[in-house]
Amino acid sequence: MWDFSFWNAYKGSYYSSLVVTLQLSILAILFATLLGVIIYWMKTSRFGIGPFRPLRWIAVVFIEVIRCVPMLLLLLLVYSGSKLLLGIDFTTFQAAVVAIVMNSSVYIAEIVRAGIEGVDKAQIEAARSLGLNKVQTMRFITMPQAIKNILPAIGNEFVSVIKGSSMASVLGVAEVLFTAKMVTGATFLPFTPLAVAAIFYFVLTFPLGRLMLFIERRCKQSDLRERTL
Amino acid sequence: MICVRELCKSFGDNQVLRGITETVEKGEVVVVIGPSGSGKSTFLRCLNLLEQPTSGQIFFDGEEITAKKIKIDQVREKMGMVFQQFGLFSGRKVLENITLAPIQVKKQKPAEAKKRALELLERVGLADKAQAYPASLSGGQKQRVAIARALAMDPEVMLFDEPTSALDPEMVGEVLDVMKELARGGMTMVVVTHEMRFAREVGDRILFMDEGKIVEQGTPSQLFDHPQNPRTVDFLSKVL
Repeated sequence: MWDFSFWNAYKGSYYSSLVVTLQLSILAILFATLLGVIIYWMKTSRFGIGPFRPLRWIAVVFIEVIRCVPMLLLLLLVYSGSKLLLGIDFTTFQAAVVAIVMNSSVYIAEIVRAGIEGVDKAQIEAARSLGLNKVQTMRFITMPQAIKNILPAIGNEFVSVIKGSSMASVLGVAEVLFTAKMVTGATFLPFTPLAVAAIFYFVLTFPLGRLMLFIERRCKQSDLRERTL
Repeated sequence: MICVRELCKSFGDNQVLRGITETVEKGEVVVVIGPSGSGKSTFLRCLNLLEQPTSGQIFFDGEEITAKKIKIDQVREKMGMVFQQFGLFSGRKVLENITLAPIQVKKQKPAEAKKRALELLERVGLADKAQAYPASLSGGQKQRVAIARALAMDPEVMLFDEPTSALDPEMVGEVLDVMKELARGGMTMVVVTHEMRFAREVGDRILFMDEGKIVEQGTPSQLFDHPQNPRTVDFLSKVL
């Protein structure tokens, strides 16, 4: 069972697959965060006339559709759909990034919403009553506290983006899981090549989880300091 | 100084204010009393447009602040407000709570704003708490900081929205003392409160509100000793 004889022959493929997974994850995290904030902004936007709120509607439809479609199916839909419906010829890697971003952005929008709505309303009203305008209130009162609320939750989402990037293997993106499966096929070893993949994911996600825990504790500590000083 | 004409406010189907016309003169202390749900707080929150009136007009220093083109942030600079829930900025020290708006809105120099903040803290009896965080203060102390913070903008009028309702009984006095001192100094004040002794002692005029209207008004002795309207009589018999 613990046969690692394949390692020397395939370690090069493993290392390059690690780079692919990293690229996929980093790009997805960056764009998903960006899109998540945009979706949150659209969803709360008052742009429009009367009950006609086009930006809100687009955001709501997008959120509901993405929530209802399995991630794996979304990957396949983006890859083939982009070509057929939009005429865009994505590489498998690009399609994977787009699909992961679409999926994750919905959850990030929700995390951002919860973080911002969790800020004490009385403080926002107090700021407005002092003559601070909307932008100043956002900058000095809402954002500093919202970020404290958002960080721990968004860390979990980043971890799940990294793990979810393994689904790109269905498109044939040469990331960690795809490579591990390729090795199991080539060597007829059923377990160890996949175990190596598991170690790789652990190496990627564990430090991120620790980092988030550290940040969370720092936030708590500063709250504690505020209470006791 | 503040002139309200036919002010109405509805939340959906719920009509909270049903046509309020009222004037607050410079230097006057107006105390608004009435049963809960009578629209007192909504009336106060309309005065600096934290609530957007459904209809009616509000004039401040002769300028219609309910007009479309008005820059409400500039109006709010001149109207200080103190809330039931304090609204102190967590994560910022007491001193920063007070200096934030003067520095950001009035563009005061930090040193100047700090000097003024320390004077105000002295005035509300909290000079030693300048470097404390809000979370370490008692309710009464928080509310006094909130008053100092509002005063730092040098407002022409102070609005108090049930400032002692969220306080433990033994801390009510310290906040009311600060408010009394303010009133004696000639500050124009509109106070929504359930503290009837304070209303009688400090108020120049009492407004009794019920079901979104000012049912009766007068000097404290008129209203408390010789109420005319049966609803006022009924309310006072329950709270006095």
